[in-house]
Amino acid sequence: MANHYETVFIMTPVLSDEQMKETVQKFEKILTDQGAEIVHQENWGLRKLEYPIQKKSSGFYHLFEFKADGNVVGELELQFRRDERIIRFLTVTMDKYAIAFAEKRRNNRKQKAEQAEQQPVAEEVVNEEPKTEVEA
Amino acid sequence: MAQQNDIKYIAPVAVDIKKKKYCRFKKSGIKYIDYKDAEFLKKFVNEQGKILPRRLTGTSLKYQKKVAQAVKRARHLALLPFVTDNLKSN
Repeated sequence: MANHYETVFIMTPVLSDEQMKETVQKFEKILTDQGAEIVHQENWGLRKLEYPIQKKSSGFYHLFEFKADGNVVGELELQFRRDERIIRFLTVTMDKYAIAFAEKRRNNRKQKAEQAEQQPVAEEVVNEEPKTEVEA
Repeated sequence: MAQQNDIKYIAPVAVDIKKKKYCRFKKSGIKYIDYKDAEFLKKFVNEQGKILPRRLTGTSLKYQKKVAQAVKRARHLALLPFVTDNLKSN
């Protein structure tokens, strides 16, 4: 019986964008190699931490939502602990309400992303104007 | 008769009718409390970042447990502080 899990982890801010993506891919591979099915993933980017962890005040957040057997989680967390690029992680078992909520949240985010795609056209025009003023 | 009515208006009308507290999760049918939404969870902590008691927020026991769980998860992920001053002003 596969369970539904959700993992959020924080990577050190010293990584470059590419190193960060590489780290994410590494853990994605760890999951898929063990037969986990990744339902969804989200990159929150660089975020300020509310309190310092390992003397760092920000970090890259990433979220995995996946279906897997329980023993997969143990292996994933072991790899998190061994990897010094990971400064914090949390894995949560999702119940039916959590799954429903995650789906709704995903749709909301998708809609927002679509709206953001349409709007920048207008925003860019506004942004261009002050620049020309500075140049003049 | 008229005098009696006057007295009624001179005496202050009792205003200690308390507004009944209610559980906002039961009322609006929220079944899951998301630990990733720090802004929402800030409604259930005081300025120091402590979880507010049920007697102040009116949350039912079932959902207070879930709120507490969500706040603790958010703290672990540094989405909420463990201790702070002036959380609301930040």
